[in-house]
Amino acid sequence: MSTALDTDVRPEDRFISAFEVNHGQALNGTNASIAQQREDAIERFSALGIPTNSLEAWKYTDISKIIDRPYALPLAPEVPSVDPSDIAPFTIDDMDAHRVVLVNGRVDPSLSDLGDLPSGVVVSSLTQAGDAHPDIVEAHYGQYADFEDEALTALNTAFVQDGAFVYVPSGTVVEKPIFFLHVTAGQEDLFLQPRHLFVVEDGAIARIVEAQHSLTDAHTFTNTVTETFVGERANLEHYLVQDEGPNASQVHTRAGQQKDDSVYSTNTVTFSGEVVRNNANIEADGSFCESNLYGLCIGKEDMHVDNHTQMNHVQPDCNSNELYKHVLNDESTAVFNGKVLVTRGSQRIDAYQQNDTIVLTHDANIYTKPELEIYADDVVCSHGATTGQVDEEGVFYLRSRGLSERRARILMLQAFCDEVLSEYKIDALRNHITEKIRQRFANYFS
Amino acid sequence: MALLEIENLHVGVEGEDIHILKGVDLTLDTGDLHAIMGPNGSGKSTLASVIAGREEYEVLDGEIRYDGDDLLELEPEERAEEGIFLAFQYPVELPGVSMTNFLKEAVNAVREARGQDELSSAEFLQQMRERADMMGLDADLTKRSVNEGFSGGEKKRNEIFQLAMLEPRLAILDETDSGLDIDALKNVADGVNKLRDEDRGFLVITHYERILQYIVPDRIHVMMDGKVVRSGDKDLAQQLEEHGYEWIREEAAAAAA
Ligand SMILES: Nc1ncnc2c1ncn2[C@@H]1O[C@H](COP(=O)(O)OP(=O)(O)OP(=O)(O)O)[C@@H](O)[C@H]1O
Ligand SMILES: [Mg+2]
Repeated sequence: MSTALDTDVRPEDRFISAFEVNHGQALNGTNASIAQQREDAIERFSALGIPTNSLEAWKYTDISKIIDRPYALPLAPEVPSVDPSDIAPFTIDDMDAHRVVLVNGRVDPSLSDLGDLPSGVVVSSLTQAGDAHPDIVEAHYGQYADFEDEALTALNTAFVQDGAFVYVPSGTVVEKPIFFLHVTAGQEDLFLQPRHLFVVEDGAIARIVEAQHSLTDAHTFTNTVTETFVGERANLEHYLVQDEGPNASQVHTRAGQQKDDSVYSTNTVTFSGEVVRNNANIEADGSFCESNLYGLCIGKEDMHVDNHTQMNHVQPDCNSNELYKHVLNDESTAVFNGKVLVTRGSQRIDAYQQNDTIVLTHDANIYTKPELEIYADDVVCSHGATTGQVDEEGVFYLRSRGLSERRARILMLQAFCDEVLSEYKIDALRNHITEKIRQRFANYFS
Repeated sequence: MALLEIENLHVGVEGEDIHILKGVDLTLDTGDLHAIMGPNGSGKSTLASVIAGREEYEVLDGEIRYDGDDLLELEPEERAEEGIFLAFQYPVELPGVSMTNFLKEAVNAVREARGQDELSSAEFLQQMRERADMMGLDADLTKRSVNEGFSGGEKKRNEIFQLAMLEPRLAILDETDSGLDIDALKNVADGVNKLRDEDRGFLVITHYERILQYIVPDRIHVMMDGKVVRSGDKDLAQQLEEHGYEWIREEAAAAAA
């Protein structure tokens, strides 16, 4: 079942009436508190409205036009069938992983290959988890992704149906990466709202890799919300590869919470997309946390990529590192907005933020803005941003040793990306991304 | 035979009203090694850069011939392919550019231009180990990014190591001896002396007579204010070491008057 959104009315009202039409049917949650959250969320969405450029946080990214398309809003678990050969280009076979494939936000078991998971570890769909582990889902679901000020998070929460779920119990080490391959498929223009929940308990160690690809040329808009919980002394590496093609737009919100002595590292690379807005929010709700936010955007054509990060230090003695890099070609646009909040009493915080951009054409654009809100006095916060071209001094050095100007420039671009790539701790994934970048650059400067 | 002929070379800075080289004349024959000395800012590095093809400089007048052909119309990489190598006074740090990958590409580009076969990975690594050893370059440095975090001396050794790998016909050493300890200085001198042969030429830019005791030049040129104001044999270095540049400046001024 799918509800076509009526384009004659305001886009907000379309979603609201779709919510009402399906009320008590597909949207009916199994759990009373989740059902109540939905009601609150649609009300909040209605009050906030779809963000426009007049909001400071959306100044450089306009999703209002893109959201105003006659998308179908699939509300029942019918998913187009996808052949293994369709997803073959995206499976990163060199990476030995527990693989789960989601088609239009729904787990497709026939394409997945979970392998042997350590005892107690759960990797499943969110709905399955709701049935099998309601206590875990209830304890964490809706706790980290706040929809009070975020219309898209409210919208996702109102329509929540399914997505991915990971649970790693205390002290458990998952050696192989858990790999979620998200693909969109089908003939119609789609509005998708997957919801993921990743829970890594005290002392557990896991690595989650997510990759987003598209099998359709139809226009799609994916409004993802991911919540992560990283318990005391736990370590979660969280990678996201975005390459959905020129007709796919998305708002991707990732909200994580960390406890004492934990490490949470996120690394996002964006290769394509019409409009991509990533909200990466981390709250270090414990002492001695390390939080890492890394990102890379390889801009081409008229793609628009906006990375908004929010690092909340609400406890003392933590450090956070943030490094986002862009290589922008053609008419591509990147936005980086890095917010760091240090609350009163959160002393001895070390927060580092850096955003570097290489702009290859006159038509490429970068808007970058650090936002530091610091209410503690014993804090080291540094931020920097650079924008420029490939370093000519380096290009000349390489050419003077016999490399062509093209090769010299490509090597310099690859080197520029290397600082972020070196933060990929999974060799096969790093090689995969490096190769994708190499292929992208191969026809530059020719 | 003349390897490099520079005639009445005038050089400015692209897009700016700056005149740095004001009529340089210099000829280097194959088999020869010439030293270029001169005070700070006299134009030594500019001359070296123009020979290597740095684009920020504009040739206002004069010409440079290499092996009898116009050099100025070649791109920097074409000059490298033709056998020109400049050891930079200030080698550039290139974080993220792997020494091994870059040098393999450079060596094979130059070999291809010379009609030689590509080196296999094994051959390349073997050669790299040998030459690093010969230049006293810690082999671990070749596993890092180009010059990243290298000490001043390590950067200089790395330049000479690359010189040894690329086996140029015309090598220009721009103050490669500055910042080297005595062992490194001997390594560099040994390396240069091993490469010296009938077909190659060297221009060694230096402020110190010291290195010229190890690599004895066929001629010494003194540059001042954008010109070669005096040339002589190896004893000129000793005179400069003892008396400085002032007497040459006075002589040059008197000659001009
Ligand atoms: N790109 C440039 N723009 C402006 N001025 C320049 C540029 N390059 C060189 N110069 C000037 O030209 C003059 C010669 O510089 P050059 O580096 O060639 O001197 P040098 O003889 O190598 O000096 P040193 O012994 O200190 O290395 C200096 O006054 C320098 O400031
Ligand atoms: Mg100099």
